[in-house]
Amino acid sequence: MKRKDVAALALPEGVNPHAVRPYGDALDDGLVQVSFTLPVPLCPESVEAARRLGGQMGLKEPTVYHQADLGHGFSFYILYGKLQHAVDFGRIVVPRVSETHVSFDEINARVQSVLGRRIRVVGACTGSDAHTVGIDAIMNMKGYDGEYGLERYPQFDARNLGSQVPNEVLLRQIVELDADAVLVSQVVTQRDVHLDNLAELADMIEAQGIRERIVLVCGGPRITHEVALELGYDAGFGAGTRPSQVASFLADEVIRRKA
Amino acid sequence: MTSKLDLDPGRIACCRESADAVARAVLAFASERTTVSIERATLRLIGVEGGDDAGVPWVNRVVDGARSLLPGGIALPFARAMRVGGLDPTQTARAVAEGGLELGGEGVADSETQALAHALAERAMARISGTVADREARLEALGEGPRPLLYVIVASGNIFEDVVQAKVCVRAGAQVVAVIRSTAQSLLDYIPEGTTTEGYGGTYATQGNFRVMRAALDEASEEAGRYVRLCNYASGLCMPEMAALGAVERLDVMLNDALYGILFRDINMQRTLTDQAFSRLVSAAGGILINTGEDNYLTTADAVDAAHTVLASQFINEAIALRCGLQPWQLGLGHAMQMNPLNEDTFLLEVAQAQMAREIFPDCPLKYMPPTKHMTGDIFRGHVQDAMFSLASVMTGQGIHLLGMMTEAMHTPHIHDRVLALDATRMVMGSARHLADEISFVPGGRIRTRAQEVLAEACDLLETVRRDGIFAALGQGRFADVVRTAEGGRGLDGVFVKSPDYRNPVEDLLRGRVAWRGAAEGA
Repeated sequence: MKRKDVAALALPEGVNPHAVRPYGDALDDGLVQVSFTLPVPLCPESVEAARRLGGQMGLKEPTVYHQADLGHGFSFYILYGKLQHAVDFGRIVVPRVSETHVSFDEINARVQSVLGRRIRVVGACTGSDAHTVGIDAIMNMKGYDGEYGLERYPQFDARNLGSQVPNEVLLRQIVELDADAVLVSQVVTQRDVHLDNLAELADMIEAQGIRERIVLVCGGPRITHEVALELGYDAGFGAGTRPSQVASFLADEVIRRKA
Repeated sequence: MTSKLDLDPGRIACCRESADAVARAVLAFASERTTVSIERATLRLIGVEGGDDAGVPWVNRVVDGARSLLPGGIALPFARAMRVGGLDPTQTARAVAEGGLELGGEGVADSETQALAHALAERAMARISGTVADREARLEALGEGPRPLLYVIVASGNIFEDVVQAKVCVRAGAQVVAVIRSTAQSLLDYIPEGTTTEGYGGTYATQGNFRVMRAALDEASEEAGRYVRLCNYASGLCMPEMAALGAVERLDVMLNDALYGILFRDINMQRTLTDQAFSRLVSAAGGILINTGEDNYLTTADAVDAAHTVLASQFINEAIALRCGLQPWQLGLGHAMQMNPLNEDTFLLEVAQAQMAREIFPDCPLKYMPPTKHMTGDIFRGHVQDAMFSLASVMTGQGIHLLGMMTEAMHTPHIHDRVLALDATRMVMGSARHLADEISFVPGGRIRTRAQEVLAEACDLLETVRRDGIFAALGQGRFADVVRTAEGGRGLDGVFVKSPDYRNPVEDLLRGRVAWRGAAEGA
């Protein structure tokens, strides 16, 4: 979306798009809540410590509304305060997947008429990740939230390799099946290992000399389109993505590359 | 307990009969085989500990170097090596691994070797019995609080950080603490050594880590005046060894499912079903309460359509477990609350299924899992979903309640996530403690009808599985919508058909200790 598009958004009356701050019950009150644990036992000083941390976060009038001793030297706080920071909303540009989101039937009809063959897609949850909830939502027959997954699309030949697939195995499958598109899911990871894992796959596909003819897509709750582009992917989809969004993007991209 | 659902006892009996036939077939298959992990578990039980400088366990070094001997079992060749070398089990394993002692050769079947192997097995039994007695004494002295037992998970990756988190949980009311394993540990064909401070998505299950957490929970139990159970996983490629470590290190609860590894970790079915039988035998003797994994089916399959697959699997898990000598009180059969909460009346369906499980398995503790599939990152909504789950649990008399976390699907829980969950759950359950005694369900109403339908479907599915066999059923994707084949998946190269002279005195004594029926005819 371009800057002028943001400016065209209908903002509530009185909002200054160049200084947007949180809203509680009055414009620009900046009210936010924050909760955290401190590694100190509960005492009057610890409550004051929590309040001061609120101040350092940029909260005016930070107020500790709840405090609890968790034992073993830990204590928990819930604070409210008025955030003094603001953002210039008009200057924010977020890259997004340029797909024209259309329906199941429209996607299949378009692939059939324009491409004239099925799109071959390989999907996997790679590395050590065993959480297939994301890739299953997009690929499984039954799909997600009332929408069919790619396996149900007659114009897609979709193979879900499942969980904990090493990048080497995925690459082998991509070559063997002559895949048009690859979907990689990363859900539960620690210390950003998913980023290394995704980057490695992109490098391997590059080294194989097939990057140009493959639509490479990643997804997961910690994936954004921007992160995906940085990692050398064609698109990234976050939590809540529907199968038809991915299918639309794949159809557009595969058709564009084969055209 | 009088039925609140008017379930047909004939149909339940029919399910049990089919499941038992499936279990017999599975155990007949398993009893003809052994695996690298069963042999390693045997060595661990007779006292082999530790590993080489590279962290490879001695049991792996020994078993990997003796693959040709495995059809006959490792126990006698190892006992002979002990006799020849005059060393203790760990020293013997080290000497064998480093080439100083050989396995096999003359004298494997002589009476002195047999006697030593038997004595080692007796010692293993004594160790397990001692652990059981220790647990019983502590439970006797401290009690463990009301059911459902409140079960929380720690998973920081660092066992010493896990200890801090676990102690805070105990103070807040936790009754079971599970240490989630590092991602993908189930696919390792060895158990890492020592205490560990790095893991991904969890903390490695090692003998060293088991000891650290057990000691911490014992201390916290004393402080809290209530015995806190420790939980880990007897699953994956090292399932039998994990059960063995659990039995000697006093783990109280272990996840152990007949089909989970096959479906969700793509572990070869021949491997897992063989490992399963041995691990359940060990758990039976060790007084370990197993948790089965049906709750996970509904994360991949639709929770409304696939409810009967959960019930069918519970029947199969029960049948295999009982034949392996586990008592009903040791069966934490799994089920879960995974229906889309935005759909109308899903809470009624949840209550129907939870009550159904309760009535069909009256003597099993039942482990009830919280919503995970429909947790969204909206922590406020999530906290409410978890509260509804707590209500369903207490009003249907569940035995073990895995606490939902509002931050599910976001990150491994933060220290206060668990405390908030424990506080909320205790409030809900305390305020509705005797609700179950006060309610009945309307004849012909939605709840009764739902339970009866699910039971009927489970009955049909079990008949199909009985007819086709479990291998074919898995090949047809009848569980969790996942398709697996008998030759596919990981770990098949670790399965060996036993030769007629196979000997495992540890297994023999374990069978003698528990009500093992294996694949024998009759129920």
